[in-house]
Amino acid sequence: MAPPAQSQRSPSPSQPSGKSEVSDLKLQLRQLAGSRAPGVDDSKRELFKKVISHMTIGIDVSSLFGEMVMCSATSDIVLKKMCYLYVGNYAKVNPDLALLTINFLQRDCRDEDPMIRGLALRSLCSLRVANLVEYLVGPLGSGLKDNNSYVRTVAVIGVLKLYHISASTCIDADFPSILKHLMLNDSDTQVVANCLSALQEIWSAEASTSEEALREREALLSKPIIYYLLNRIKEFSEWAQCLVLELVAKYLPSDTNEIFDIMNLLEDRLQHANGAVVLATIKVFMQLTLSMTDVHQQVYERIKAPLLTLVSSGSPEQSYAVLSHLHILVMRAPYIFSSDYKHFYCQYNEPSYVKRLKLEMLTAVANESNTYEIVTELCEYAANVDIPIARESIRAVGKIALQQYDVNAIVDRLLQFLEMEKDYVTAEALVLVKDLLRKYPQWSQDCIAVVGNISSKNVQEPKAKAALIWMLGEYSQDMQDAPYILESLVENWDEEHSGEVRLHLLTAVMKCFFKRPPETQNALGAALAAGIADFHQDVHDRALFYYRILQYNVSVAERVVNPPKQAVSVFADTQSSEIKDRIFDEFNTLSVVYQKPSYMFTDKEHRGPFEFSDELGNLSIGVEAADNVVSAQRVEANDKDLLLTTSEKEETRSSSHNGSAYTAPYDGPATSVYASQTQLIETAISNPASAGQAQQASLAIDDLLGLGLPAAPSPPPPSPQLKLNSKAVLEPSTFQQKWRQLPVALSQEHSISPQGIAAFTAPQALLRHMQSHSIHCIASGGQSPNFKFFFFAQKAEESLNYLVECIINTSSGKAQIKIKADDQSTSQAFSTLFQSALSKFGSQ
Amino acid sequence: MISQLFVLSQRGDNIVFRDYRGEVQKGSAEVFFRKVKFWKDDEDGDAPPAFNVDGVNYFHVKVSGLLFVATTRVNVSPSLVLELLQRIARVIKDYLGVLNEDSLRKNFVLVYELLDEVIDFGYVQTTSTEVLKSYVFNEPIVVDAARMANLGPAAIFMQGTKRMPGTAITKSVVANEPGGRTREEIFVDIIEKISVTFSASGYILTSEIDGTIQMKSYLTGNPEIRLALNDDLNIGRGGRSIHECFHDMSHPIISELHNVIWLLCATGYSSSYGSGTVILDDCNFHESVQLDSFDIDRTLTLVPSDGEFSVMNYRMTQEFNPPFRINALLEEAGAFKAELILKVRADFPSSITANSILVQMPVPTYTTRVSFELEPGAAGNTTTDFKESSKRIEWGLKKIVGGSEHTLRAKLTFTQEPHGNITKEAGPVSMTFTIPMHNVSRLQVKYLQIAKKSNSYNPYRWVRYVTQANSYVARL
Repeated sequence: MAPPAQSQRSPSPSQPSGKSEVSDLKLQLRQLAGSRAPGVDDSKRELFKKVISHMTIGIDVSSLFGEMVMCSATSDIVLKKMCYLYVGNYAKVNPDLALLTINFLQRDCRDEDPMIRGLALRSLCSLRVANLVEYLVGPLGSGLKDNNSYVRTVAVIGVLKLYHISASTCIDADFPSILKHLMLNDSDTQVVANCLSALQEIWSAEASTSEEALREREALLSKPIIYYLLNRIKEFSEWAQCLVLELVAKYLPSDTNEIFDIMNLLEDRLQHANGAVVLATIKVFMQLTLSMTDVHQQVYERIKAPLLTLVSSGSPEQSYAVLSHLHILVMRAPYIFSSDYKHFYCQYNEPSYVKRLKLEMLTAVANESNTYEIVTELCEYAANVDIPIARESIRAVGKIALQQYDVNAIVDRLLQFLEMEKDYVTAEALVLVKDLLRKYPQWSQDCIAVVGNISSKNVQEPKAKAALIWMLGEYSQDMQDAPYILESLVENWDEEHSGEVRLHLLTAVMKCFFKRPPETQNALGAALAAGIADFHQDVHDRALFYYRILQYNVSVAERVVNPPKQAVSVFADTQSSEIKDRIFDEFNTLSVVYQKPSYMFTDKEHRGPFEFSDELGNLSIGVEAADNVVSAQRVEANDKDLLLTTSEKEETRSSSHNGSAYTAPYDGPATSVYASQTQLIETAISNPASAGQAQQASLAIDDLLGLGLPAAPSPPPPSPQLKLNSKAVLEPSTFQQKWRQLPVALSQEHSISPQGIAAFTAPQALLRHMQSHSIHCIASGGQSPNFKFFFFAQKAEESLNYLVECIINTSSGKAQIKIKADDQSTSQAFSTLFQSALSKFGSQ
Repeated sequence: MISQLFVLSQRGDNIVFRDYRGEVQKGSAEVFFRKVKFWKDDEDGDAPPAFNVDGVNYFHVKVSGLLFVATTRVNVSPSLVLELLQRIARVIKDYLGVLNEDSLRKNFVLVYELLDEVIDFGYVQTTSTEVLKSYVFNEPIVVDAARMANLGPAAIFMQGTKRMPGTAITKSVVANEPGGRTREEIFVDIIEKISVTFSASGYILTSEIDGTIQMKSYLTGNPEIRLALNDDLNIGRGGRSIHECFHDMSHPIISELHNVIWLLCATGYSSSYGSGTVILDDCNFHESVQLDSFDIDRTLTLVPSDGEFSVMNYRMTQEFNPPFRINALLEEAGAFKAELILKVRADFPSSITANSILVQMPVPTYTTRVSFELEPGAAGNTTTDFKESSKRIEWGLKKIVGGSEHTLRAKLTFTQEPHGNITKEAGPVSMTFTIPMHNVSRLQVKYLQIAKKSNSYNPYRWVRYVTQANSYVARL
């Protein structure tokens, strides 16, 4: 514990300032140690207080250990407590001296006052010294049997402490099974709750090595235990209720009656004043009803009011925690909240982290009926004194414009922003107008008129400047001054610090040149010269490329640089639906607040108090368990697309967009520009029949420029036939880890032949069939008509894995396939193999 | 599961620091404080209540100028930890009477004792002041309440009316009165925070009341209490009941069964909303509240535990009469100049007086000078200020009597010519105030009944109302 800077601290009775005092304290403690004079306890109290306050501010007072222990022989409970606190803090660094304390702690463990027994036991277990564990077992054993519930609650947590010091001692003493017995029989609910916490921790840690612990951990989710806890739920403290509810959220009821019973039992928990209880209850409701679309929706309706009440009562911090959860629900089902938009209006005194969430929610719930009001409100924020929030409000208006069909009024608002003449407002609005034009080119007339009036000198931010330049190039035929504005920008080339802006400038001048050659020729020459001399690699490369392609053929150059436009239908989402689903699975955890799944910010062992419902943990492992009813339902429970199918659709949509992005008119960041150019060149110059292979294209660009361009990765040698290892093995945990880490390489839909559907009497048939093609199943589940499989395969002679998620709907005859691969370049080949194997199913 | 818990002063000093599990490095308090202090520079805005630095999650709440912080490496429920921190602050306040840096420093050993009983090895054991009383042995060193600055909702009563025994609220639940005996009394506060947004034309855009019924009991022997609210109180718009049952439409039998329960739950609610009825959008209750007869006679039954707690929180968006009307007019008056007229009208009975009124308004950033012109007779009651650094006008009034109207005129001088519409560069006008003995929702405590122990037992009962501004804004 490093002492914090002492100099700024004012001296105060509880905060001594010098380290020299430590030796002073040592002397005084010594004098008092043997004394039996009246009033000595009071003097000791004062001294102990000083020691503890030193400890608090980080001064090392461990050298007083011996003296503190000597002074601890007292019947004054306040003194005892201070002494225990001290000992607990320093025993670990003083293991030898810690032995001194064992004696009096053990004696206190047998005191007739239960308070002293409990305190002593807690301190004994808090010493955290490995070679003292032998002294813990006895007192813990009797503590668990103590007739006072306070001592028992302390003893249960003591077992957990012991486990962390020495797991084997704890297991050998058979403490876990004693805890299990206590959990099911103790009359005190805090004892029960502590048993549950301790067992969850112990069994989760043991589960990786012990089959039995794994079973025990699973057994916590069994019907008898869940019902036992649920029936007593109201006896538990509000904190213990959260613990129980967290467990219930993982329980899988066998039928709908059970689901309704549980929900009706917990219904009044939604009215609890403690937000943590309400959120834990909501998680239970969400998880229970995932497969029941109607009821799930009913749940959303039901939880709305309690959540809104929690958001507006309590401290700003508490309301933020609830608001984050409301946020994720709104994002999942915006239509359910569309009439509540006024609750998401920002209040002027709210912290910016709250405002930011609210802006996102307002954007999400905007629909035909409320857009006008929401946009009006957002426009008010644009003049906000809080500039970052003002910026985000403008962006929110833009996003709403992009998701609505009737953008008429919104375009007007955006144009008004441009007229406000505040630098940051103009900057944000320019970026938006650009995006808007990419989606709705039909608005160009109105926008261009306004954009044309903006002096490029007033626009400084790179993103905004780039947007303005893009519009100048794109609509140069409609903007009279375009060539001259561009020319003046080219003249100031050296003053332009942003590479992105210079890249855009090059392209814009090119586009302008094709439309108005005589006016632009000078500017183009100057721009190319400046660009080729540019120290920025991308700018240099692009200038050179333009120069050479112009030399080669001007009309080809035009087709490359300024091809016919196609409006962008959907902009790629920043967060994949897979990540969103994972965050939703981790409802009522930090994942929701951070908007990141737990693997992105936490080590495996800290994911959650009771984390074992990983994606695959929910599925049965191995082929033989596929017909297990429970596992089948788990898959169903895991299947998010039953209520809000949007996620899956979104993904396919956005991935198809990525494909078509190459023809989108906007030259995005430098990296994707290459992709677009490569493909365009291919179509323009060689125009081969199959334009899907980027490898070939990048070779083409190499030839064209005669330069060893670093941007294109060296293409792997074409692999005509992919051979799979028929005896591949993969640990489920490895699979899980890889599935989480790897990006989706391919996502496809595939039809299954009628014979295949006919053969699909049971999932096992498919598993056997795929295995004959060296594709192995690692987990499967589902109920007719939806089945979900996880397959893996390994490349022969190389340990490169292919992972597949395959969702088969037998009524539609469609299979949705997601492939992830260690080696992305061969995923296409593997996909072909997989599909051919799948298509042969039922035909043999 | 919490790893460490500490309380920092505003300057970042550790006042108490408790490490429960030894999983997070010792220097975490410093890491935390630095991150919070420099959040504005690194990220933007204020540090959120939960953030992650190098795998450690830091939670914090601010109470009375102190930072209550918890750390953990586990992906826990943020709501649970933040509720807990808030609750710990409240328990400490129950014990110390007054919660501030001074009282905490004087009583840090007591606070350690509390923290040891509240959390064991990172798991919450109890946060009930009542239960803790039997485990905690340090006597609080009471800090002189009179020296204390106004903090928290309790403080509002001290300035309001003479009827309030101001110091009682800052009394510790364990410390005895100087005379050696505790006075039997119970405080029930109905605190309503109102949010209103007026459009430029004075039309109400949004309005909401967030209310809470707070209780602080100094009754010995834990008698049962009955708290009766308005008979005509309704909960849930569109007839939604506070009890609702879930049923599956596809299972007619189950559905029927649940409908029966649903009807039983709903019988207490009249479906007609007369003009005088109070309609709450929603509410929640403290654990100890029995709602058995709530559906029939709007009575809450509870055995109040020691310490302060919210019996009920409620939220209301039903239209109500806003206590103040704000009128702002900003006009250009020649080059480099503008004139501002701010009017505030109190729309409540003249028997009631609002206090601590502060009206604020951001002015264009290029404003250099503001000269104020007050109405006659306002001198003693009014303060005006132009905050140069944040470019805002502040107009403070000590008191406003119901029915009166106050006006402020100001002349603004600019360094440049305003471009375009000047009203887009200024505003909105925001207002904070406190109105004791007034509540806008008309929710009332009709009676407060304490189960009698003997005929001579007649404890003091204080039922008090107060309305405060949460976000009270008028746009230009």
